[in-house]
Amino acid sequence: MTTTTPPAAPEADTRTTGAHRTRNGASDRAKAERRLGWLLAGPAFAVMLLVTAYPILQAVWDSLFSYRLTDPANREFVGLGNYWVVLTDALWWQSFAVTALITIITVAVELVLGFALALVMLKALRGLRPILRAAILLPYAIITVVSAFAWQFAFDLTSGFVNSWFSWLPGISADTDWFGGFGSSLFVICLAEIWKTTPFISLLLLAGLAQVPDVLQEAAQVDGATWWQRLWRVTIPNMKAAIMVALLFRTLDAFRIFDSVFVMTAGANGTETVSFLAYRQTISRLEIGMGSAVSVLLFLSVVIIAFGFIKLFKVDLSQARGDK
Amino acid sequence: MSTMSTREKTWWIIAGIAIVIYALFPIAWIVSLSLKAPADISNGQFLPTIFTWENYELILAGDAAELFLPALVNSFGICLIATALACILSMFAAYAIARLDFPGKKIILSTALAVAIFPVISIVTPLFNLWRQIGLYDTWPGLIIPYLSLTLPISIWTMSAFFREIPWEMEQAAQVDGATSWQAFRKVIVPLAAPGVFTTAIIAFFLAWNDFVYGISLTSTSAARPVPAALGLFSGASQFEDPTGAIAAAAVIVTIPVIILVLLFQRRIVAGLTNGAVKG
Amino acid sequence: MASVEMRNIVKKYGDGYPAVNDVSLDIADGEFMILVGPSGCGKSTLLRMVVGLEDITSGDMIIGGKRVNDLAPRERNLAMVFQNYALYPHLTVFENIAFPLRLQKVPDDEVRRRVNEAAEVLELKEHLERKPANLSGGQRQRVAMGRAIVRDAEVFLFDEPLSNLDAKLRGQMRTEIARLQRRLGITTIYVTHDQTEAMTLGDRVCVLRKGVVQQVASPRELYEQPANLFVAGFIGSPPMNFLPASVSGGRVRFPFGEFTLDERRAAAVGDRDLVLVGVRPEYFEDAKLVDDAKRDRGITFTARVDVTEWLGDAQFAYIPFEAPEEIVNQLRDLSRELDSDQLRTQAVVSIDASSRMREGHEAEFWMDTRKVHVFDPKTGENLTRDAEAGAELTRMAAEEREAQVAEARGAAAAAS
Repeated sequence: MTTTTPPAAPEADTRTTGAHRTRNGASDRAKAERRLGWLLAGPAFAVMLLVTAYPILQAVWDSLFSYRLTDPANREFVGLGNYWVVLTDALWWQSFAVTALITIITVAVELVLGFALALVMLKALRGLRPILRAAILLPYAIITVVSAFAWQFAFDLTSGFVNSWFSWLPGISADTDWFGGFGSSLFVICLAEIWKTTPFISLLLLAGLAQVPDVLQEAAQVDGATWWQRLWRVTIPNMKAAIMVALLFRTLDAFRIFDSVFVMTAGANGTETVSFLAYRQTISRLEIGMGSAVSVLLFLSVVIIAFGFIKLFKVDLSQARGDK
Repeated sequence: MSTMSTREKTWWIIAGIAIVIYALFPIAWIVSLSLKAPADISNGQFLPTIFTWENYELILAGDAAELFLPALVNSFGICLIATALACILSMFAAYAIARLDFPGKKIILSTALAVAIFPVISIVTPLFNLWRQIGLYDTWPGLIIPYLSLTLPISIWTMSAFFREIPWEMEQAAQVDGATSWQAFRKVIVPLAAPGVFTTAIIAFFLAWNDFVYGISLTSTSAARPVPAALGLFSGASQFEDPTGAIAAAAVIVTIPVIILVLLFQRRIVAGLTNGAVKG
Repeated sequence: MASVEMRNIVKKYGDGYPAVNDVSLDIADGEFMILVGPSGCGKSTLLRMVVGLEDITSGDMIIGGKRVNDLAPRERNLAMVFQNYALYPHLTVFENIAFPLRLQKVPDDEVRRRVNEAAEVLELKEHLERKPANLSGGQRQRVAMGRAIVRDAEVFLFDEPLSNLDAKLRGQMRTEIARLQRRLGITTIYVTHDQTEAMTLGDRVCVLRKGVVQQVASPRELYEQPANLFVAGFIGSPPMNFLPASVSGGRVRFPFGEFTLDERRAAAVGDRDLVLVGVRPEYFEDAKLVDDAKRDRGITFTARVDVTEWLGDAQFAYIPFEAPEEIVNQLRDLSRELDSDQLRTQAVVSIDASSRMREGHEAEFWMDTRKVHVFDPKTGENLTRDAEAGAELTRMAAEEREAQVAEARGAAAAAS
């Protein structure tokens, strides 16, 4: 990973060693720069806080009440009661397990597939590269709902072609209902997710691959490494940061899965995910208190995953992102 | 590698073609589906027996037009405004981050990162309640504000990454060459920064355009409902016998702007995505 | 350890231009061979074909008696030091050196023993646990060499290994490489564009020009008996002076006067209207400072000194001369091809440091005429080359090397 030093840094050095030092160690110019910095960056910072920190705090507050939107009169403080209800309910654990399952399957497949795509793009002849790049960007840029519909219709009993195309496979016939059971529904959901998000992973991995110098490959070749050994001992260790960043982002993204589930099964056959559960509680059932509790739990899960990654795999995001 | 045999080359080309098929196949499918007549939908085949514009007529001029066209206007309006606001705000922020030395830079970038991984559902629950109370429910501003949580973090990250690569000393060089500060900014910095801002805008627009959760949660009528939400709820509303063809046609129409942007600016988009995420 | 034989090696790229053209070269077991030439002469391409990173268009590459054209690099068992070292940034110095052994799945204690041995030789012991990024240029260079020496490779290959170091370190590493090679007695091919490295390191030097071998010989032979204008101009610093002249009956007329060639050379040259006389700077001297005993082995002449450079231990004087336009053009082209910015219509003359010659004044010079070479300006061929004397020089160098290798192996045998 390249670490780009902010251009301001050398100036800052000369400034702090300059003559205009006040007692607290910052010169007037540095102070002015500080003020200007916050003046320029402040609004964006404030808006970000406003649209996220405020709602989540509100959600935490709401989650402490038994509160139904259709029945505001009976709003009642219940403390952690909602959390108790959610965490002792099999529904939460079921949706949590489904979400985790989808996350693990999709991220694992995407990582392998994404790496393969990145390798192909790296090796592609110069003339072919823009075509590949444009092609691979399409799934990334397409609306998730559209992709979900495309896959749903493809597997659908009436509108689909999958059944007639793959009827030669055992277990598939003209009346195979993919959305009739848990396993097959999950399969199609994962397929749609993988198709849509692998390109993003592969682009991140490609950027990582491109940063491994060719001469290292050559040196390893001379040192007697086979293709596999080069991949495992030279290429992958040198793009660890890129892999970890891709993995972290995709895991967090996959854990929030909602759109595809909504479109394809609407949570039927036990395919309800955590996001979907929260949505159903709040928006459909108008159980603000309970829904907020689920939202807060989802938020905590995401935070724990992020921290787990950073601590466990030592993903240094600031380093990976070149922010000194 | 310089030692690439013809056989190896052929394999890489085949792999490349496989990627193109992989990427285009579902898109081709939805296009093909949108061109099927209602009777043709269940033919169990990939291609229609006869091509027809029926579905497009239905959503653009027919019964479904009153659902689809306002949604399209909403989507464009809300996404463009949310993107523009995010770009303006992050332009200042990114300039400060790339150019100035002040404590808190790291906090701003970390916050942006945290917001980017924030589960949208967790935001939507309290907003749903609040918007109803203050009358923002089912309005444009009611979507534009939460959309900023999608567009702003990525804009700050991507633009900071771009701005850091601008050789800012060029501005001084231009001034030495006799330009006024304004001229130096106008003739040197703006042309250097513009591609970054532009690319950021495209990526932010994609994110806003893709939104579904806010769309279905914070709207109830065609006053503000964007296309993905309208599409998602099409199937539920049993206004049509079989909405498949209409959904497919609408899906194709909302995909067209995305495809145009990708084809025109693919190189920039890739640079923006990977710059922001891997390199910074 | 092995010999390397190249038979009619050709490398053509897509555009059909041969980067390496019909190169045949025998490198004996334990020999230190230098590939030298200006940039773009094909020397690195040739090296990469030896190691297998570049396909061979035609010809045979034989290492240790085995044709290796179709073998992958890892099947050739060669070790290479890259120009920018190619150290693996994610591995410690220890693991960098151990890398080839790890790939061969050598047992752990054996790896430790061999890496420590190499580190000992290269004085890297205290850096073994550090990452390459924290090392100085010289240390990185030694790690790269460490990676090469741990693995009993058949041949060592160096691709301009010193060009990223500063001048002082370069000199130091040069002697280190030379010492190491003598000590290990391992066949070595070393690519450089620096003629000083070529002269000091090589048992033999192969001079390449546009993918074609110009001459393969010991440094002394290259210097004393160059095959053509290109080699003569490339080897030696400051380079050989080329002066236009005419020859008839063994009598040479050139801008600084006239002299007579000895019988052998006179016969070889014959009568010609236009030749180039090649005179090394050190064949000149300030006429006032020449021993009487030496004086009649050459001629004296007066010329105007344009500039002098006094370096303490040596002194150079620059003497402009007139030349016909075709010669001026040819010398300019040669200059350009040798990557040198030398103005070729002035002679560089090495004179004793104590000489008090003054710039802008006439001075009297003496020139040793015994070692002067005469070149055909059209073909560039050295008409007066004494092949036998040259071969003798190279033979002597070879004997010297064999004695050294035997000594090194004897010492190694005694030690074990």
